[in-house]
Amino acid sequence: MNPFSSGTRLRDMIRAIRACKTAAEERAVVRKECAAIRAAINENDQEYRHRNLAKLMFIHMLGYPTHFGQMECLKLIASAGFPEKRIGYLGLMLLLDERQEVLMLVTNSLKQDLNHNNQYIVGLALCALGNICSAEMARDLAPEVERLLQFRDPNIRKKAALCSIRIIKKVPDLAENFINPTASLLKEKHHGVLITGIQLCTDLCKLCPEALEYFRKRCTEGLVKTLKDIANSPYAPEYDIAGITDPFLHIRLLRLLRVLGQGDADASDCMNDILAQVATKTESNKNAGNAILYECVETIMSIEDNGGLRVLAINILGRFLSNRDNNIRYVALNMLMKAMSVDTQAVQRHRATILECVKDSDASIRKRALELVYLLVNETNVKPLTKELIDYLEVSELEFKGDLTAKICSIVEKFSPEKIWYIDQMLKVLSEAGNFVKDDVCHALIVLISNASDLHGYTVRALYRAFQASSEQESLVRVAVWCIGEYGDLLVNNVGMLDIEDPITVTESDAVDVVETAMKRDTSDLTTKAMALIALLKLSSRFPSCSERIREIIVQHKGNFVLELQQRSIEFNSVLEKHKNIRSALVERMPVLDEATFSGRKAGSMALTVSASPASSLKVPNGTAKPLAAPLVDLLDLSSDDAPAPSSSGGDFLQDLLGVDLAPASTPSSTSLATKAGADALLDLLSIGSTPVPSSSPAVDIFSLTEDKKPPVTTTLDGLSSPSAPPPHAASQPAAAPILDLLDGLSSSPPAPVDNGTSPAYPSIVAFESSYLRINFSFTKPTGNLQATEIQATFTNLSQNVYTDFIFQAAVPKFLQLHLDPASGNTLSAGGNESIKQTLRITNSQHGKKSLVMRIRITYKMNGKDMLEEGQINNFPREL
Amino acid sequence: MGIRFILMVNKQGQTRLAQYYEYLTLEERRALEGEIVRKCLARTEQQCSFVEHRNYKIVYRRYASLFFLVGVDNDENELAILEFIHLLVETMDRHFGNVCELDIMFHLEKAHFMLEEMVMNGCIVETSKSNILMPIQLMDKTS
Repeated sequence: MNPFSSGTRLRDMIRAIRACKTAAEERAVVRKECAAIRAAINENDQEYRHRNLAKLMFIHMLGYPTHFGQMECLKLIASAGFPEKRIGYLGLMLLLDERQEVLMLVTNSLKQDLNHNNQYIVGLALCALGNICSAEMARDLAPEVERLLQFRDPNIRKKAALCSIRIIKKVPDLAENFINPTASLLKEKHHGVLITGIQLCTDLCKLCPEALEYFRKRCTEGLVKTLKDIANSPYAPEYDIAGITDPFLHIRLLRLLRVLGQGDADASDCMNDILAQVATKTESNKNAGNAILYECVETIMSIEDNGGLRVLAINILGRFLSNRDNNIRYVALNMLMKAMSVDTQAVQRHRATILECVKDSDASIRKRALELVYLLVNETNVKPLTKELIDYLEVSELEFKGDLTAKICSIVEKFSPEKIWYIDQMLKVLSEAGNFVKDDVCHALIVLISNASDLHGYTVRALYRAFQASSEQESLVRVAVWCIGEYGDLLVNNVGMLDIEDPITVTESDAVDVVETAMKRDTSDLTTKAMALIALLKLSSRFPSCSERIREIIVQHKGNFVLELQQRSIEFNSVLEKHKNIRSALVERMPVLDEATFSGRKAGSMALTVSASPASSLKVPNGTAKPLAAPLVDLLDLSSDDAPAPSSSGGDFLQDLLGVDLAPASTPSSTSLATKAGADALLDLLSIGSTPVPSSSPAVDIFSLTEDKKPPVTTTLDGLSSPSAPPPHAASQPAAAPILDLLDGLSSSPPAPVDNGTSPAYPSIVAFESSYLRINFSFTKPTGNLQATEIQATFTNLSQNVYTDFIFQAAVPKFLQLHLDPASGNTLSAGGNESIKQTLRITNSQHGKKSLVMRIRITYKMNGKDMLEEGQINNFPREL
Repeated sequence: MGIRFILMVNKQGQTRLAQYYEYLTLEERRALEGEIVRKCLARTEQQCSFVEHRNYKIVYRRYASLFFLVGVDNDENELAILEFIHLLVETMDRHFGNVCELDIMFHLEKAHFMLEEMVMNGCIVETSKSNILMPIQLMDKTS
């Protein structure tokens, strides 16, 4: 009985599956069949085993799990009959793979079958071994395979050869055992043995340098002769394809010659003649001939230089490129990529044709051509090539725009001869396909604009025009908003007019219109809106006449559901309303962005993290992980009754707040680092979203609007609303104190405890006491504001050890607002001789109804050990 | 190894034969087949027969309602693979007599046997049709 045509049930199953109208029906049929097969397997049904396996293979092909059939394969392989073995081996190759442990069980059967006296069974075993053997099996069975390389029947030799490839790839140590048998395979006449022997030889050469040397010395001539024989062979019906004898063998031979000739002048010399013959004599009107020519060209390009041959090869590629068949053009483009490294000039000659291919209707060809154009660009041809590509960007298909945009941006960045050209091209790209432009490209553009001080006016006007023409592209809007925020005054006053520009009249209100539009666009995302808010803040001081209108726009967002926007809106409104004296200094034009820093950043976030961490640890004596961000927000959190009026000039102070000028606070050695990191933070505060790697710098974290951003202010306020010590509170707070510490070092600028005529009318309390530490609070109330309280906290060391890195943190419920001033120090000497003092200012919005409450957390190092104390203070005087 | 997988798919996108020469889980196979079919079947006759997908290329050719798709390494000779597909079809034609989708469905194992004789571990074993078909005919005769 023939198992493959036996029984109607396999046919029935296939019919049933074919008849299924929906995927669900198909699943039901398959489920039923699988259940039946499982049952048969459990009953150890001998008769239908092969039929069941045939069904399983079909089910497997449809993509359903069939692991339960794996053991059946092994049983079939172990059976004596050929048909059972046949289907068993097929099942083995289809249903199993080398990763399954079951496979080990088959090693023994394989070994027996490799030694079987029926050569077809030997063939089956070789085929299975060649397809799925694991390293272990390869070791176990390599001697058998080696022996079979000399088997009398060529059909076994060819399979043994391919099996050897798998073995040497799994266990490269075995490679040298195969060198000699392979050399004799190369002398055979049987095409199957030749083609497999050649493939084995190629892989041996790649794996093992000694093999390469050996074959190069002993076999190059023989292989050249084989190729010659085949190329000149008379008509051989069995192997003939379109008048060529066995093109597959041609191709494999050419490929092996390439490996042998690469890097060896003698071997290359030896094959010159035959390569020239193949390149000139092969018919190029059929696919088979072109396949050979294609392979031949690649070999000529790879072996040692012979001028004449390369000219021949380039000419063939030229012919290919102008062929009407898209397949041929595709391989021509592919090959020209490789030819680039050999003969750039020759490829450049085909530039026009290649550019045409970029516009082809076929995505595969376009992609190849674009890659090639990208390689062709150099300083001399960048302008015309970029122009072509940008022109094409307008009409290209949507799904191609992403690739094309990325390549154009990369070309412009790499080869731009001058800044104005760079800006022009990028503006075109932004207007045309801004939605495809990556954030880091925008950031690079902004850095470049910032550095081109003579082009600020030109750029902002160009962006204004582009925005007026279309505001659909997100990144265009972002860049435009940023530039208008920074250089709005240049836009209105037509400053820095270039000869090539047409003058335009833009009123202050027009400029604000642009930003307002960006703010209100439905498609604007959070980053764009946040940038628009900053731009508005900046414009408010550039355009005093529009100041009120700007404030109104900003205020509209104070109830925004997005925390970031809400917070900005409220903060900026405060800046506009209450801090007119510092406003102009606060929103001054950004310092020129350092190109080196930016490119360094782009180069690798890894490197940056490394360089950033010393900076932050220097700045923050307590070495907390997230410096800077929280304090900035804290300090900008102007919602408390009145920020302390700094004694030094307002501008300086705010600059300090923004971290620009932290330098004096840190030790001299750390000055530069601190400044840099501070500037970074500022940069990121003011240009949100363009940050390419938000997590790269700790200082950046909070300002870059990433998802995992920790909202610093709210958590502070929320601290007590959830009694079970919420982790965010810990996250937001720790940084506050250390930076304030630094500011403390700023001579007179930090506000000293203000003594504006209030008297200590309330009793001091011991707020916290442990065996190591006591905290005393004394209270004063500023006159005229019942809600406000100023707390003087005094920390006393009760142990005999010095505390270092001392940080005090506090959190209050929502109805309170807390502001911590810098502490007087971060080291607490032993025995209570000295103490650290710190001022806390609290506003109680529920004054008279609720009394103060506070949760605190103190961290410090004692003898180098980290200490942590926490507590809640409930014993505040009621009337505060 | 040059060939990573060989697929035969009808024009509705249903897989009719799948032979992989590298390990992929069932889910990966399904996903891969879906992606490839979507990419290749949408292309027109005039477009070239090569599609770049992930880190390899797909060379495909259509015969009536059946698509033959071969996934190959990037450095493989695409034109040769195209020729190989044709050889595969001619071989099947010789056995089945103008092969069609149903022949492959109902004789899946035979299609696999032929493939086995032509490709092993991603390399071409034999290019002579009679050599390829000999063991299969022999088996038919004995049964």
